[in-house]
Amino acid sequence: MNLVDLVAAIMFLGVVLYAIFAGADFGSGVWDLVAGSAERGGRLRRLIDHAIGPVWEANHVWLIFVLVFLWTGFPDAFAQLMRTLAIPFWLAGLGIVLRGAGFAFRKFSPSVAWARVAGGLFAASSLITPFFLGAIAGGVASGRVPADGTGDLWTSWLNPTSVLGGVLAVLTCTFLAGVFLAADAAGLGALDLAEALRRRSLFVGALTGVVALAGIAPLAADAETLFDRLASRGLPLVAVSAVGGIVTLVLLNADRLREARASAVVAVGSIVVGWGVAQYPWILVDEMRIDAVATESATLWGLVVAFGIASVLVVPPLVFLLYLADRNRVGVE
Amino acid sequence: MDLVGLVAASDALTPARNQMALSLGWHIIIACFGMAMPAMIFVLHRRGLAGDADALEIAKRWSKIGAVLFAVGAVSGTILSFELGLLWPGLMEQFGDVVGLAFALEGIAFFVEAIFLGIYVYGWGRLPGRMHSLMLVPIMAAGVIGSFMVVSVNAWMNAPTGFRIDESGDVVDIDPLAAIFNDHVWLQAAHMYLAAVMVVGFSLSAVYAVRMLQGHKDRLHRLGAVVPFVFAAIVTPIQPVVGHFAGQRIADDQPIKLAAIEVIEETENRAPLKLGGLVIDGDLRGALEIPIPGLLSFLSHNDFDAEVVGLDSVPVDERPPVAIVHLAYTLMIGIGSALVLLVGWSGWRYRRARREGPDGVAERVFGSRWFLRSMVLAGPAAIVALETGWITTEVGRQPWIVHGVMRTEDAVTDAGYIWVTLTVLVVVYAAMTFGSLATIFSMSRRWAAGEEDLATPYGPPDDVGLHEVGA
Repeated sequence: MNLVDLVAAIMFLGVVLYAIFAGADFGSGVWDLVAGSAERGGRLRRLIDHAIGPVWEANHVWLIFVLVFLWTGFPDAFAQLMRTLAIPFWLAGLGIVLRGAGFAFRKFSPSVAWARVAGGLFAASSLITPFFLGAIAGGVASGRVPADGTGDLWTSWLNPTSVLGGVLAVLTCTFLAGVFLAADAAGLGALDLAEALRRRSLFVGALTGVVALAGIAPLAADAETLFDRLASRGLPLVAVSAVGGIVTLVLLNADRLREARASAVVAVGSIVVGWGVAQYPWILVDEMRIDAVATESATLWGLVVAFGIASVLVVPPLVFLLYLADRNRVGVE
Repeated sequence: MDLVGLVAASDALTPARNQMALSLGWHIIIACFGMAMPAMIFVLHRRGLAGDADALEIAKRWSKIGAVLFAVGAVSGTILSFELGLLWPGLMEQFGDVVGLAFALEGIAFFVEAIFLGIYVYGWGRLPGRMHSLMLVPIMAAGVIGSFMVVSVNAWMNAPTGFRIDESGDVVDIDPLAAIFNDHVWLQAAHMYLAAVMVVGFSLSAVYAVRMLQGHKDRLHRLGAVVPFVFAAIVTPIQPVVGHFAGQRIADDQPIKLAAIEVIEETENRAPLKLGGLVIDGDLRGALEIPIPGLLSFLSHNDFDAEVVGLDSVPVDERPPVAIVHLAYTLMIGIGSALVLLVGWSGWRYRRARREGPDGVAERVFGSRWFLRSMVLAGPAAIVALETGWITTEVGRQPWIVHGVMRTEDAVTDAGYIWVTLTVLVVVYAAMTFGSLATIFSMSRRWAAGEEDLATPYGPPDDVGLHEVGA
């Protein structure tokens, strides 16, 4: 592996971790959205506060990590991406702001009315942000971001691959979050909540599978380059993801929530890695190759060193935080 | 301006600059809290562990307020990283790889901050006290390092280095470390860090001064005023010194910025120092000239006879808007000086109170309503000084985005809809400002009313949803 590929791989690792960890946080917002009235949904919302409160900011940093690696390692690709896919980026950014602020404001709301408004913002933007991020991925994957920055402002993200990407992003986030929350609820002894989440997650998981299958034909027609590679060198990963998804459903059905959580991570992680493998060596599919836009080696080495520092300084405390959260050593009082 | 002229002028530059100013100007206030508040909480938390119940209570409250501010800061910071590409693609495609490493290191610092903040804020009552308080140490370190990295990018825009532009106009020979440790970074970062301590120290003590004016003069309120005020008081007299040396850097490397700050029309030797005044129709009016010949020359270059470069030394299209820069600078200096006086006054009050006896010193220091009112005013004043300082350096650098290398108009997006995003952001930031203040003040009201754990209200009536998940 050469230096450029190494930096690209590190950057994509950030994409995978963001998809899994922040994905579960976004998905929790979707569950929050459909939790029902203030009275009926109170316990589920408290569970969500408890589960994502301590970790969501740390999980969110993976997005910053990816953006910084992109503009530092591949500045031209970053600029063209932002020029063409400006609208979904603006909307995703808006969603990120409203989600974070809404979540923080709800936690310390003085009244139920306040909590409704802040919580509504948090929950609704948890739905739209993954959609637009998925749509951005679809625009890149279907070769709609030209190297000269003149891509169509609208069709670059309003197209079959982007819509599929957006819908799948929302569904996988919801599925992941459902499985995570069910396991958390069971761990806290809220067995009725765990049961409700388990059953609904089974439904969401099945729906995600159906959408993924239904997406095969449109993807083949709309994103030829990506599809060909997904169906060849990406195939093992697609298969792992499919098997992981089915195993998760089986485990959910058998009420094995902690194991289901692990296999759900495998299912989501491997399809995201599959996308990366299929897209390689393009950074903007059909338009810009990774090695053609990578910057000079001094900066690339800088990024590798920065990642090394991050591995030492960030990973152990991050694992510690996730461990504490899992053991309820941190959480809402 | 007629309609045709307005449409013709509706390129992205003006809305993009305003949007960036809004986003940065908003985020920087929150960022100050991230930089300076953990140290203040740490002092209180350690006192609390040593047996001071009031200090522990304040530390607990502030950590919750810090959590709200950190959340909105995390997302307003994310918007900035989107805007770098969405508003300034020309800057990022040319120089993203020159300045990117600083952002990567800042990202690591932010990561560390987010992780330990998650542990700290949610660890109350769950982690052993000493270990819990130590979680603030990496947060403090990350705040210092992260702000250094972000400021280094701004300093690089003032003093670009660590690259070369070849014959075909490409950026080559990148040295990312040289870009980070550029000539301006140390003084600029120090100036920013001291400013952060001032903003946070004066605003937190302002809140408690308000409460004391309302008659709540118990020990908890005095302690809440003293700790942040002492932090601010320690750094406030140092700030003008750092600012002076940062100004000398500007005099050497960005003489036109200095010319705009001081409204120097023509290059002159033995330049006098003028204070205050307003620039109206291009002329400085109402300024006070200090009757020491060559004082500005001396302050800028340590030599009373030194030449101070005037605006006339560059073409008109390479001069910043002088009126704004001079006004912003004057406000910053005026407020900074007033804050030094306030600190001096507080020191005098403290000495006098000490002389009258060892007991009740704090009561006597806070005994004057005028002193409390000045403390209240110091909070917003410090924020205005922070903002006007940034306006001075940013507007003073115009028309360059990268000083002497890239003009702002060449970096901006060619998108035609930036007025729309600017309008949306004005609404969103107004709502976030309202939401943050309303949330924090409601928290403070409920604490004052005796509530301890501010439980999230999930449903009427109170018996549903307020109990624990598992109950």
